[in-house]
Amino acid sequence: MALTIHGLTAHEMHDKLKNKELSATEATKSVLDRISKTESRVKAYLTLLSEEALKKAEQVDKRLAAGEDLRPLEGIPMALKDNMCTEGIKTTCASKILHNFIPPYNATVAEKLEKAGAVLVGKLNMDEFAMGSSNENSSFYPVHNPWDLERAPGGSSGGSAAAVASDGAIYTLGSDTGGSVRQPASFCGVVGLKPTYGRVSRYGLIAYASSLDQIGPVTKDVRDCAWVLGAIAGHDEKDSTSANVPVSDYSHALNKDIKGMKVGIPKEYFAEGLDEEVKAKILEAVKKLEDLGAVCEEMSLPHTEYALPAFYLLAPAEASSNLARYDGVRYGYRDKNAEDLITMYKQTRSQGFGPELKRRIMLGTYALSSGYYDAYYLKALKVRTLVKQDFDQAFERYDVIVAPTAPTVAFRLGEKADDPLSMYLSDLFTIPVNLAGLPAISIPCGLSQGMPVGLQIIGKPFDEAALLQVAYNFEQNTPHHKLKPQLEVE
Amino acid sequence: MSISKKEVEHVAMLARLEFSEQELEEYTEKMNDILGYMDKLNQLDTSKVAATYHVLPINNVLREDKDRHYLDNETALKNAPDKKDGMFKVPRIV
Amino acid sequence: MSNQWETVIGLEVHTELKTKSKIFCACSTEFGGEPNTHVCPVCLGMPGTLPVANKKVVDFAIKAGLALNCEIKEFNKFDRKNYYYPDLPKGYQISQFDLPVCGQGHLDIEVNGQTKRIGITRIHMEDDAGKLNHEGEVIAQAESSLVDYNRAGVPLLEIVSEPDMRSPEEAAAYLEKVKAILQYTEVSDCKMQEGSLRCDANISIRPLSATKLGTRTELKNMNSFKALQKALEYEVERHIELVEDGGTVVQETRSWDESKGMTVSLRSKEEAHDYRYFPDPDLVPLVIDEKWIESIRNSLPELPDERKQRLINDYDLPKYDAEIITSSKDLADYFDHCLDHFRDAKKISNWIMGELLRLLNVNDKEVADCPVAPKELGELLHLIEKGTISGKVAKQVFEEMFASGKNAKQIVKEKGLEQISDTGELEKIIEEIIAANPDPVSDYKSGKGQAIGFLVGQVMKASKGKANPQMVKKMLSDKLG
Repeated sequence: MALTIHGLTAHEMHDKLKNKELSATEATKSVLDRISKTESRVKAYLTLLSEEALKKAEQVDKRLAAGEDLRPLEGIPMALKDNMCTEGIKTTCASKILHNFIPPYNATVAEKLEKAGAVLVGKLNMDEFAMGSSNENSSFYPVHNPWDLERAPGGSSGGSAAAVASDGAIYTLGSDTGGSVRQPASFCGVVGLKPTYGRVSRYGLIAYASSLDQIGPVTKDVRDCAWVLGAIAGHDEKDSTSANVPVSDYSHALNKDIKGMKVGIPKEYFAEGLDEEVKAKILEAVKKLEDLGAVCEEMSLPHTEYALPAFYLLAPAEASSNLARYDGVRYGYRDKNAEDLITMYKQTRSQGFGPELKRRIMLGTYALSSGYYDAYYLKALKVRTLVKQDFDQAFERYDVIVAPTAPTVAFRLGEKADDPLSMYLSDLFTIPVNLAGLPAISIPCGLSQGMPVGLQIIGKPFDEAALLQVAYNFEQNTPHHKLKPQLEVE
Repeated sequence: MSISKKEVEHVAMLARLEFSEQELEEYTEKMNDILGYMDKLNQLDTSKVAATYHVLPINNVLREDKDRHYLDNETALKNAPDKKDGMFKVPRIV
Repeated sequence: MSNQWETVIGLEVHTELKTKSKIFCACSTEFGGEPNTHVCPVCLGMPGTLPVANKKVVDFAIKAGLALNCEIKEFNKFDRKNYYYPDLPKGYQISQFDLPVCGQGHLDIEVNGQTKRIGITRIHMEDDAGKLNHEGEVIAQAESSLVDYNRAGVPLLEIVSEPDMRSPEEAAAYLEKVKAILQYTEVSDCKMQEGSLRCDANISIRPLSATKLGTRTELKNMNSFKALQKALEYEVERHIELVEDGGTVVQETRSWDESKGMTVSLRSKEEAHDYRYFPDPDLVPLVIDEKWIESIRNSLPELPDERKQRLINDYDLPKYDAEIITSSKDLADYFDHCLDHFRDAKKISNWIMGELLRLLNVNDKEVADCPVAPKELGELLHLIEKGTISGKVAKQVFEEMFASGKNAKQIVKEKGLEQISDTGELEKIIEEIIAANPDPVSDYKSGKGQAIGFLVGQVMKASKGKANPQMVKKMLSDKLG
C-alpha cells in the first residue's frame, strides 16, 4: 500500500483526482518534492521542469474545477527520456554534441501526452544517444540504481526506470532498440514494455537505429502500462514506418484470465550465461503461470545466439548514418577553433561524441563500407530473417513466449565499463525481439541478492494485449510489484 | 576477418572522426575483439536467405503534394552555432 | 591526328520536379525565397525528424519514365548515400541505388538530318541539397561560406544515359530532347539558369576501331547548353592531346570554368568517396502496379516526336520546320495558338523560325516571355495577306511589336505604314518614275521584260515601301505595254 502521493500508481492517482481527494498540483508537488530528496543520489534527471509542471497541474485543476471530465492520464506527473523532442525544452540525448539543442517541435508521443493532460516534470538521463546498457555512457553523469546506489540502473533508459522505481515520476517513457526499456525495467524492478515495431510513432525520437527503435512505457504496474500504451500508440502520418493497425483497448485485456493459454519457454534463453538464481526466479514464475492455468512448454528458437552479433552490426550501421547530421553546422556543439570545414567536422564530432558512440560509429561505418557490406551488413540482415522466422514459427504454436529479461541482476557501476563485449552480452535476451520487431514486456518477478529480477513476456506482432493479459494475471497473483527499494531520503 | 590500424584510420576519415595514435591502437584492438565475435555469423549458411530490411510488410506510404509554411527564418536558425544574413555559417571549405 | 579518335559521351541529367512541396516534407519548392524560409525540421535534418515521400514525385518519375520509353520498376526503394558537405543537412542524401524507379529506356535525337537512338540506363528519385554562398570571389578564397537550405529537399530526378553519344553536338541534342520531353510532360520547368535542369557528363576517347572504352573524366558545373558543348569540346581536345603526347587520361572529376574557358580538376584532399549506400530504414518500399502505371500513361500529353509527325501530316510542314517548332513545348504551343488566328501553317512557321526566334535569341528571351502573343502574330499575317502592308514593312512592324508590346494595327496606323493601293496616288508616282528613267523604259518597250523589276523597285523606293508591289507592276505594264 502506498502511503505517499508520489508512491501512487497512475491509475490510483487518477482515482484520487477523480474523487477530489487530491489535486493535480498536490500530486505534482509531491513528486517534485520526492525528486528533490532523491535526485542527488539517483541522478535520473537531466532537466527538471518544476515551474512548467506546476503551471500545467494548475491548468488541470482549473479544468476539473470547471466541471470537465478527467481523462485517464490527466494531471499525472511523468517524465520523458531525453531523446524525445520537446518543443522549447532542451533535448540533449545525454550527449555533449546536443548539450544546448532546443527543438522547435514536439515528438509525436510528447504531443499526444501533452494533449492528454500529462504533467511533464522533466527530461531523463540515459546512455548517450541510447547506446549502452548501464547508463554509464551519459555524457553528463551516470544514473544510480535506487535498489543499490553502487549498481547500474541498466540502460539505455536508466533514468526512465530509476525515476519510476524511486517514485521520482509516476510513469515515464523510454526507448528500446535492443532492450533499452526492458533491461533497465528489470534492473530497477518496474514494468517496461517495448511495443511492436510501428505501434508507436518514432517521429521526434532521436534515432539510434531506425529499423529497431521503438518508444515504450515504464510504469509501476501493468495497468498503468496498459493506460500509457493506449495513450501513445497509433498510426502517425509523420512516420512512414508507423503501422496503420487499430489500437486495442488494452485495459480490457486485463480482465481476462490465462487459462489454456499456450506459453513457449525457449531453451536457448536458459543456457550458458544465465545466472543460476535468476534462472530459479524465472522458473518459479513459469510455475506460477502454470498454476494460473497456462500451458507452458519448452521449445526452441534456434538462431538466438546469432541475434547479438547481427544486432551489433545492424544497429551501429544505421547509427553511423543517423549520427552523420551532428556536424556542427545547424545545431548543437561546434568546435569553434577549427579554421576549415574538415577540421571543424572532425573536431566537433570527436569532442562531441563519447567513446562508446565513436566505437559504434566506427563499427557501423566499417560494416557499410565498400568491400565489407556483403560480409557484414547484408549478412546481418539475412540472419535477422532467420531470427524472425524462429519467432514466426513459434507463434504458430504459442500465444506468448516467456524468458528472462536479462541474464543477471543489475551489475555494479564500472564493472563492465572497459569491456564493450561483456556489456553487449547483457542484452542477449532482449535483442532478438527487436530484430523480429515484436512486442515484449518486462515485469518484476522477485529478488536475487536483494536486487530485482525481470520476467520477459514476448508476443505476436500487434498483440500487446496478450502480453498485458499474461503480465497482469501474474502480477495480481504475486507480491513482487509491490516491493520498493529502501532509498534513504535526505 | 580483422581490421588493420590503417583501415581504422580510413574508416575514421569516412566518419569524420579523429583519433590520437594511442586511441587508434585502442580502437583497432576493441574493433577486432568485436569483429572476432561477429565471425560467429559465418557459421550460418545464408546463401538462400532473403535480407530483412523492414520487419513490417508496409509499402507505398505517401503523402499528398500539399505545401505549408513551417518555420520562420529566426526559428530555423535558433540552434545554429554560427550564422550570418539569415544563413548558417561554416568555416572555409577548401 | 584527331580524326583517328572517337569520342564517347554519357550524360547524367538532374531535373527539379515541379511539385508544390518538397520530396520528403511539406515545405514549398518555390524558387527564390529569402534564405532559410522554405524550411522545416525535416529538411533541416533536425534530430528525430522523419521523411514521408510525396506521391506526386513518384507520379512524375513514372511519367518521365514512360515519356522516355523506360521500364517502370514494380519494386523500388530509397537508399541513403552517405557523405559530408554543409549543403547536405542529414549527412546523407536520400536517393535510389540498386533498385531505381525506372530502368532501361531510350530517346531519338536528330543531328545533321540523321536520327539517332540514345539509350537511357535508369531514372531515379532523390532529394536536392541546399545552396552554398561563398564569402569571397571563389570557393578557394572564401574564408567562410553561408548555407541556405531552401532548396534542400526539392525533388530531383536523375536521368542517366548510356555512353551512346559520339560528339558534343549529339550531347547537346540529347539534352535539348530530354528538356523538351520533361517540359512536354510538365514534370519540370527545366530552367538551367535557376538550376532546375543540370547536367554532368562522362567523356572518354578511344581509337576509331576500338570497342573498349577509354578512361573517362566526369565534367560538372556546365550551366547552359553552350557551356556543355564548349566544355565537351575542350575536354575532347584535352584527352586527344594527352594521349597523342604519350600521356594517359586520369579518371577524375573536372569542373568547367566558364571565365577561363577550360576544365579544371576537382581532386580533393580527401580520398576516394565511399558512399556506403544502404536502404533507408525510415522509408518503406514503393510497389508500382499496372493500374498506377496505366493511370499515368493515360495522363501523358502528346510528346515531341508525335507532335512533330502531326505537324508534318496535318499541315504539310517540312520535317525541318516541324523539328524546330516541336523542340520546345512552349514554341509548339505558340505555333498551335497562331493557327487559331491564321490558317496558313507554313507562313506561321516561316515567321516563327525566322523573325520570332531571331528576336528571342537577340533579346535572350524564352518563348514563354515573348511580348508578341500568337493572336497578334496572326493579325500581322492577316495584314500582309490583305495587302494592308508589304512583307518588308511587316518585319519592321514585328520588331516594333516585339519592342513595344503594341499590336500590329496600332503600329501600322500610328506610323502610316498602310500600302498605297489608291490608284490615283500610285499613278502620280509611276508617272514621275517613267519620266525620270527613259533608258529602262525603252529597254522594256524593246522587249527586255526584266527591266520592269527595276522600275517597280524605283516606285517602291519613292513610296517608302508603302506601295502595293503587285499593283505597281500591273499599272506599269499596262502603261508601257
